[in-house]
Amino acid sequence: MADAKAGGVQPADFEKTLAQADTKVASFDERERSPIERIQHFLHSSPSAVPLLVLIASVAIFGVINGSKFFSPFALTLILQQVAIVGIIGSAQTLIILTAGIDLSVGAIMVLCSVVMGRFSINYGLPPAVGLAAGLTLGLACGAFNGFLVARIKLPPFIVTLGTWSIYSAANYIYAANETIRSQDIDAVAPVLHFFGQKIELGQANFTFAVILMIALAAFLWYVLNHTAWGRHVYAIGDDPEAARLSGINVDRMLITVYAVAGLICAVAGWVLIGRIGSVSPQGGQNANIESITAAVIGGTSLFGGRGSILGTVFGALIVGVFGLGLRLWGTDPQWTYLTVGALIIIAVATDQWIRKVSA
Amino acid sequence: MKKTLIMSALGALVLSAGFAGTASAADIGACLITKTDSNPFFVKMKEGAQKKAEELGMTLKAYAGKMDGDNESQVAAIESCIADGAKGILITPSDTKAIVSSVKQARDAGLLVIALDTPLEPIDAADATFATDNFMAGKLIGEWALKTLGDKAKDAKIALLDINVSQPTVEVLRDQGFLTGFGIDTVDIHRNGDEKDPRIVGNDVTDGNEEGGRRAMENLLQKDPGINLVYTINEPAAAGAYEALKAVGREKDVLIVSVDGGCPGVKNVAEGVIGATSQQYPLLMASMGMEAIKAWAETQKKPEKTPGLDFFNTGVTLITDHPVDGVPSIDTKEGLAKCWG
Repeated sequence: MADAKAGGVQPADFEKTLAQADTKVASFDERERSPIERIQHFLHSSPSAVPLLVLIASVAIFGVINGSKFFSPFALTLILQQVAIVGIIGSAQTLIILTAGIDLSVGAIMVLCSVVMGRFSINYGLPPAVGLAAGLTLGLACGAFNGFLVARIKLPPFIVTLGTWSIYSAANYIYAANETIRSQDIDAVAPVLHFFGQKIELGQANFTFAVILMIALAAFLWYVLNHTAWGRHVYAIGDDPEAARLSGINVDRMLITVYAVAGLICAVAGWVLIGRIGSVSPQGGQNANIESITAAVIGGTSLFGGRGSILGTVFGALIVGVFGLGLRLWGTDPQWTYLTVGALIIIAVATDQWIRKVSA
Repeated sequence: MKKTLIMSALGALVLSAGFAGTASAADIGACLITKTDSNPFFVKMKEGAQKKAEELGMTLKAYAGKMDGDNESQVAAIESCIADGAKGILITPSDTKAIVSSVKQARDAGLLVIALDTPLEPIDAADATFATDNFMAGKLIGEWALKTLGDKAKDAKIALLDINVSQPTVEVLRDQGFLTGFGIDTVDIHRNGDEKDPRIVGNDVTDGNEEGGRRAMENLLQKDPGINLVYTINEPAAAGAYEALKAVGREKDVLIVSVDGGCPGVKNVAEGVIGATSQQYPLLMASMGMEAIKAWAETQKKPEKTPGLDFFNTGVTLITDHPVDGVPSIDTKEGLAKCWG
């Protein structure tokens, strides 16, 4: 106000000191950061750095302990094969966690879709393409249903997916009649269901199509999350849904599409699962929700939403795989693997809490 | 709520006492409580019990835990059965020790309690146990593997694919039975994985499914690629192990043995995926259990044990298309006629 009146005239006496005043516009206090704060800041801006460092360190340590049995192209690519499904499901889980949600039904969707693919193609004698399409569509629908309940009925994601986890897995057991379709029968009628079990050999290294899919999916989602409006909106609604809404994002529609995409990815994982285990079995996949959340959390994705990355989740899944094989080759009891993974989860979340305290 | 439960339990008790001698079959209620509703073994058990109930004109109510180890659901199921006035309970206990006090409640209320497949601890906490002799199931495949490998047995490299780290009794009996049959010193026969024999490459866990079987086989192959004999806790784990062997081109020269006798498993024996499997009979356990409850309701007679064992052995048969001398077996054609699931 005073400025407007004073505009254009000589400054009065009492205003002369203004010449010596600080001319900077409002700014943050720029004090020197301590080295720890700098690390904290770096980790805050690159969430997948910690899991990558842990991954490299654990590969190196187990390489020293176990020698060439572990540190060989064959063993290292074997770990990739073992974590491919958790990596794929974990990518879906990460999308949802980024929106500050959680999906407990991922494993149930995966197994249900794999059973649908198998039964349509083998028991009903439909063309395998129809079976695959049915399975993928069902995954999309299951995910969209989760999203609908979260976004439109406004139920907490934990409760919604706790419920649909039971619903989808019960539907799976009822529909499958608890029967397993054997690998040999699938090969005879619908070998395309085993597509992701095929592999490319480079010397000793084996890359199954499942591994290639996991890497391609992670790269694709990384691009989408960082370089498309849709991806930035995922982060935005996880960080602050109200701010996202005020800036013009249709939060409800975003949430439904995120859950639907996650469901579709789970259905693809169901296809991958058939390639991995050979048969179509209604058993299994029961721990996929916990394993995918573990991968995401160890991978540095914050359960409070808005922070994390797909690459981090893939690293997280790999860390679990490295500890699994590394400890086993070392000759420890399997129980130690669970103990170590438990410790990693707690360390990862503690690190996340610490990183979140960083000042912007 | 609790009060009504107790009241109705008391009511049921009075009723059952009053009608005990004269009950017609239609009044006889029975409960089947399984570990889960997802494992085909229990699903077939339920079907077997249901069929027998219809045949005998009894009423069957089925309950199940949500997952393996879910004791609370089984406790609630026993309470419901007492309240319902059932004459007997068939149970596959998830937690063999924790369930004992609830089982005692039921027996005190006059119900006949029969453990199916998995014995309680102590075993006499139930009126009777109808189960597979799991040690024998393991021993049969161990002996068969020993004779099949012949001279090569002394240089065998063995992978042991168990179920999970808590080492439930069924798993220990099968694993240690296999090793005993193969002539390996089991050290502590109540514990897996403490063996010192250099022929054992290692133990790993499978959760009893394909995915776990494949992962465990991959891990152990990495430890020693020369593995040529694989023991598996059940046939889904065996199918998973076979996929892992196929991926490294070893499926033709590795012998896999298993336990269960489910239809997909027996077909895998016929096609050479599995060398031999020990078949068990869940439908028989269930139908015999139903008959025992009927006998109890009508004559207050409890079922007998198999001589020499502390339970009734519902039988186990080795299935293979490559029989060996000294180990009785049936072929896969006969096995398929008797398979379940």
